[in-house]
Amino acid sequence: MYAIQIEELTKYYGKARGIIDLSLTVREGEFFGFIGPNGAGKSTTIRTLLGLIRPTSGQVKILGRDISKDKNKILAEIGYLPSETVFYPGMRVKDILRLSARLRKQDCQAEAQMLCDRLQLDVNKKAEELSFGNRKKAGIVAALQHKPRLLILDEPTSGLDPLMQREFFAILRERNEQGTAVFLSSHVLSEVQNNCTRAAIIREGRMIACGNVEALARTNARRITIHGQAELDGLEGVRDRKEEAGAVSFLYSGDIRLLLGKLARGNITDLSVTEPKLEEIFLHYYEKGGDGNDTCKA
Amino acid sequence: MTLVRHELRQGWKLLAVWTAVIGFFVMVCVFLFPEMKAEMEGVSKMFSAMGAFTAAFGMDRLNFGTLIGFYAVECGNILGIGGAFFAALMAVNVLMKEEKDRTAEFLLAHPVSRVRLVTEKLAALLIQLIIMNGIIFAVSASSMMIIGENIPWKEMAMLHLAYFLAQVELTGICFGISAFLRRGSLGIGIGIAAVLYFLNLIANLSDQAEFLKYITPFGFADGADIIADGSLNGKMVLLGMAVALAGIGAAYGKYTRKDIQ
Repeated sequence: MYAIQIEELTKYYGKARGIIDLSLTVREGEFFGFIGPNGAGKSTTIRTLLGLIRPTSGQVKILGRDISKDKNKILAEIGYLPSETVFYPGMRVKDILRLSARLRKQDCQAEAQMLCDRLQLDVNKKAEELSFGNRKKAGIVAALQHKPRLLILDEPTSGLDPLMQREFFAILRERNEQGTAVFLSSHVLSEVQNNCTRAAIIREGRMIACGNVEALARTNARRITIHGQAELDGLEGVRDRKEEAGAVSFLYSGDIRLLLGKLARGNITDLSVTEPKLEEIFLHYYEKGGDGNDTCKA
Repeated sequence: MTLVRHELRQGWKLLAVWTAVIGFFVMVCVFLFPEMKAEMEGVSKMFSAMGAFTAAFGMDRLNFGTLIGFYAVECGNILGIGGAFFAALMAVNVLMKEEKDRTAEFLLAHPVSRVRLVTEKLAALLIQLIIMNGIIFAVSASSMMIIGENIPWKEMAMLHLAYFLAQVELTGICFGISAFLRRGSLGIGIGIAAVLYFLNLIANLSDQAEFLKYITPFGFADGADIIADGSLNGKMVLLGMAVALAGIGAAYGKYTRKDIQ
């Protein structure tokens, strides 16, 4: 069974584009990354998964159930952390957690206590007294305390200090090892690279790439840095060209012999060829015209 | 019931303040009656000299010398207007606030159906109205006892029932509107209550505008008419409750299909 199964999902807000023809699947127990720039449609996708908004067309199944028919049963199995966690003013953290547990008809006290201790969250603080980071922690506890089978996290680490981020991901990995599927929407690519096994990249409402994180990161492009003079005009496959302090640096994905020929005719004092960083590869996907593939359809 | 309790907790301060303020003014108003009774002759002359103003507030149809006549126009107006404004304010806010205050993403990620959410929020509103009206009725009756007057139970009950029903109608209308709003202002509730109140004043002024009484809940909650007729206008009340039900129906229809942002 799939934790998430999205088929040809399209959402328009009136005439404004939300997402177009999005298909992807997340297996049970998988740690899945969801990457894209602001306004790409990440939150629209997540809201559809939770039944907050209705798709214009397409289907969403979660844990084998159709969100448009079995929303309550699905939500009972999901833990959701919104990108901007806001609680009711006047309520203390413990009241918020209790409200959340009551709405799920579960006693989550022991788990909540454990999570608050690990994240160093004071449950007696009132919602309006919480800093951004502490509000996030309260949101994390509310999303995790009922031990859901699927976690949907929207930009979970913004506002958390590095120590807390580490603890948070440690908790997520433990849950993942126990079988919880994690759907992680993030800007921070290293988070995805370090934690997720598969990832999808979305831009302007469409999925442009999806697959194994290692495969996504693997590319025949190289970062070339040269010191000295060389005539590079007319060379195919050069992008992200930067010039600094007598050095030229660019990503090269063309024929290496053509490049070497050009360099040999120039006057080069130093040359380095390195694997590009994941960031550089993803930035390439982000930019318009980046080539994509569709390997996430069920 | 979890959501009802949650709503009541969220709203208890506002309810306490409005109940205290309205209750206080009703009490002060009742305490003014003995003095008014003593100077009744002068007062009647003064009011009859105010022409249209007198008619607008129904003071031409009531005897100010009796407690219930005085109460229906003076004190009743405080509860009539205050209660209606409170009802409109709470109702227009109750569904919209989750999106406006950005708590919707927290609340609606729980296994709570939209129908249950709407039902519990509506129940919380009605409970708040019952609490407010109950307390104010008690304050009013006690104040009458304190000034040593016989309490006109039947008329009192009729008046207060009418005010309550007017609040229910406003609640229904504003609840329906609330389902359609996302970032609206509470001013919408106040505005609706104020417009409907003035419609009744206009209806009192002119025979040609009397049909307006059927449009506004203040038509059947007009103290002067109720005491003068000795009963509520059943047709108007039924019409008002039908409007309330239409508003509530619209709230269910819209909110269960709404895209939450």
